[in-house]
Amino acid sequence: MHRYQAGEDDRRRMLEAIGCASVNDLFVSIPAEVRCGALDLPAGRSEEEVRREFWAYAVANSAPECFASFLGAGVYRHVTPAVADSLLQRGEFFTAYTPYQPEVSQGTLQAIFEFQTFVCQLTELDAANASLYDGATAVVEAVLMASRVHPKRRRVVVAGALHPDWRAVLATYCEPMGVAITDAGWGRDGRVDPAALARALGDDVCAVVVQSPNFLGVAEDLPALGAAISACGALGVHAVAEATALGVLAPGGRFGFDVVCGEMQAFGIPAAFGGPLLGFFAARQAHLRQMPGRLVGETADAGGRRGYVLTLSTREQHIRRAKATSNICTNHGLLALAATIVLSLLGRKGVREVALASHAKAEYLKSGIRGQGSGARARLAFPESPTYDEFLVLHDEPDALLAKLKKEGILGGVSTAGFGAPWPRGFLVAATERNTREECDRLLDALRRLA
Amino acid sequence: MSDSTRSLREREGLIFERSSRGRVGYQLPALEVPAADPAATLPKELLRGEVDGLPEVSEVDVVRHFTRLSKWNYSVDEGLYPLGSCTMKYNPRINEEVVRLAGIAHLHPLQAEDQVQGALAVMWELERALIAVTGMARVTLQPAAGAHGELAGMLMIRKALLDRGEKRRTVLIPDSAHGTNPASAVFAGFETVEIASTPEGTLDLATMARHLDGGDVAALMVTVPNTLGVFEPEIVKAAAMLHEKGAFLYMDGANLNAFVGVALPGKMGADALHINLHKTFSTPHGGGGPGAGPVAVSEALVPYLPVPTVEQANGRYTLSSDRPKTIGKVRGFYGNFAMLVRALAYIRSLGRDGLKSMAEGAVLNANYIRARLESEFHLQYTGPSLHEVVFDDSLQVAAGVRNVDIAKRLLDYGFHPPTMSFPLIVHGALMIEPTESEGIDELDAFVDAMKAIAREAREEPDLVKGAPYTTPVQRLDEVRAARQPVLRWRRTGD
Repeated sequence: MHRYQAGEDDRRRMLEAIGCASVNDLFVSIPAEVRCGALDLPAGRSEEEVRREFWAYAVANSAPECFASFLGAGVYRHVTPAVADSLLQRGEFFTAYTPYQPEVSQGTLQAIFEFQTFVCQLTELDAANASLYDGATAVVEAVLMASRVHPKRRRVVVAGALHPDWRAVLATYCEPMGVAITDAGWGRDGRVDPAALARALGDDVCAVVVQSPNFLGVAEDLPALGAAISACGALGVHAVAEATALGVLAPGGRFGFDVVCGEMQAFGIPAAFGGPLLGFFAARQAHLRQMPGRLVGETADAGGRRGYVLTLSTREQHIRRAKATSNICTNHGLLALAATIVLSLLGRKGVREVALASHAKAEYLKSGIRGQGSGARARLAFPESPTYDEFLVLHDEPDALLAKLKKEGILGGVSTAGFGAPWPRGFLVAATERNTREECDRLLDALRRLA
Repeated sequence: MSDSTRSLREREGLIFERSSRGRVGYQLPALEVPAADPAATLPKELLRGEVDGLPEVSEVDVVRHFTRLSKWNYSVDEGLYPLGSCTMKYNPRINEEVVRLAGIAHLHPLQAEDQVQGALAVMWELERALIAVTGMARVTLQPAAGAHGELAGMLMIRKALLDRGEKRRTVLIPDSAHGTNPASAVFAGFETVEIASTPEGTLDLATMARHLDGGDVAALMVTVPNTLGVFEPEIVKAAAMLHEKGAFLYMDGANLNAFVGVALPGKMGADALHINLHKTFSTPHGGGGPGAGPVAVSEALVPYLPVPTVEQANGRYTLSSDRPKTIGKVRGFYGNFAMLVRALAYIRSLGRDGLKSMAEGAVLNANYIRARLESEFHLQYTGPSLHEVVFDDSLQVAAGVRNVDIAKRLLDYGFHPPTMSFPLIVHGALMIEPTESEGIDELDAFVDAMKAIAREAREEPDLVKGAPYTTPVQRLDEVRAARQPVLRWRRTGD
């Protein structure tokens, strides 16, 4: 018998009550032709043995905590308050499920309502859902929503530098839905080329996706883009990969975008080798009934007490089935709670301070790299363009350079070589409030010597 | 109701309502570099100031707030959570420990391959373990949830057909299916046709054959055992019929807990099968995720797997995108890795014998509940139950007591209710899945509560209809929530 299961005597008593001689009798409905023998797996192990196995996996990885780390490109290392994980480890939160019975799920429901509120505040939009899987699928849901809002418009424009994984996922989902994708690329300043965008727009476009700060680290001209998109009658989608940027940069909701969505991982979600992360989605009130994902609404109970319930469920798969606004069911609820806790701790002052500190660290690095002169082998790709906490450094052999930096205890950035065309060859450097001055100076010194 | 008559815990409001100017809940490390003035470094039209409405609270406020909220929740840690089809089993803590190890928790997905060999080893080992459990050819670990896996599986089937030069539009789905099945099929570009179940609640092969003759069927999506907890007796024949006509079999693996170590979906003829790691393999439900929905595929679908996959050569692991016919990516990066770690730790903890006793325990517990409640509650479909049993309220409805009332009264007895009103083919359904985690004492307490409620339904129906009485809130006005949606807090005056 296993420590996570009932015991022998439990089994014996149950079999007696049922009137069966053995548990095998309960499987008679499964035909012989599909049966198997013993599974080709090792025998069960004690906790100590499991621990040893996973320590071995862990030490075969290079933990970023042991390096000066400047990795970004869609996953960012920001403040993770100690108290957040201890609250998340409360069994009442993490061993509960979807709040189908609201009377015994008010903890989960109210926390989601708070998350929805935080997202609305950060995006300056009217309604936000309870979470999606990640930034890539959030952008997909926005585009598919736009294709339902404008069913005769069958094209989406991706304006500027969108995260390559997000672009790839968009292609996977758009193809079977019959939505074509046009890319309007970036100009020499790393921003959406306005002429290219103007050529790409048309009255068959249901959505225009703009990531800002974009994958090259550059902050886009959202007011101008918002106006151009509205003029064409498409839904504007502001995609966000580095959510802490919203502490200093205004969101698309302020500039006429219909959706602000993307990745909220930066607010305290561990990198976890890329998953699970935290997709968020906010939209204008007008699109409420076309929104994907779960929504929690405020109401009152029979005694007049304020309470929360899942609502507007007729949009969803368990009610609407083939006509649902999304197929999503299980989402990333516990991580929405994690972000809610972190945003509560940071609050009004902290969200701004994190953004300003991250921006300052990146500006310090940029000025150090500029100072190495325009003849240096490692130079800023877009020296005149506005960036938040991440920027592209051009270099002919980024993988070789990053390997040398690693030997000095520095994870200097993410190489763009692996992403192929049309990405300029080099590496993305992200700096946050967690990088010390000493780490920054070490990176600058190493670049001077090794680039 | 005056606030001062309620306990601290009951009175807790929203975090925004705790806000008090000047409170602070964090401290950043010293800046150490010159401050950058955004007015000088960023275009002014892009700037924002402090985000309006964010709260100002202390760390103490945050702990109090979320601790009190947690105490309003029922959870698996507290007691039996018999939500049918969700497999609410115990979430082991060794899994939580290993996922937080340095070298696992904060690994960045874009670190060079030689820096992440341990992570790739975890993914490789989990794929091998899921191949052993399913008897199928390969497994993609990318999907983030069951529904996401359904979509990936259906996209692979679509690609396989296009690769053959065929453009079949129809997917057959039984009327007992989970709502995600038709939703996922539609998002994969198909049209769905619902087929009515037989009087025994199983797949109607004659109807399926008629549709197959039309030549436009791409696949059948079926759950095994089905959503009544009954094994599909003709699944092998159904698979053969589909394959003979060039169609595929998609299997929804939500009910896999019923037969791990007993039977293999690969032998049933499945072409694609999603596995809910947050069901069968113990990863925590988290109040609504995150989960993970790996998809096991037959040889026929291997060319279409999402990329990258983890490959091994000469003792080294690589992420390979060398798959010309791939459907592409269905999410950023590689998968819900932290959930994959937990699932592998669980599989290691249980081992081959523990996994088989898991399925045996799940089926035994469900049958015990069925045997003890059959006299009190109506069972529409009387075929042998595996890991879940679906009663309904038809014996109680005469007194005006419906499944929803029974569920609400169960809350007063300290249990989470079963799944209600699913599958759609059972009116007033109560779907009970205890899982193998429970001992006889917990099951007896549940049975006693259900019998008590059945008696109350006969003798004092109004008591049941007015439940719950002892929960943090009473029944909530869901109609009002939908008619006048309030989906966020606003400061009064906003």
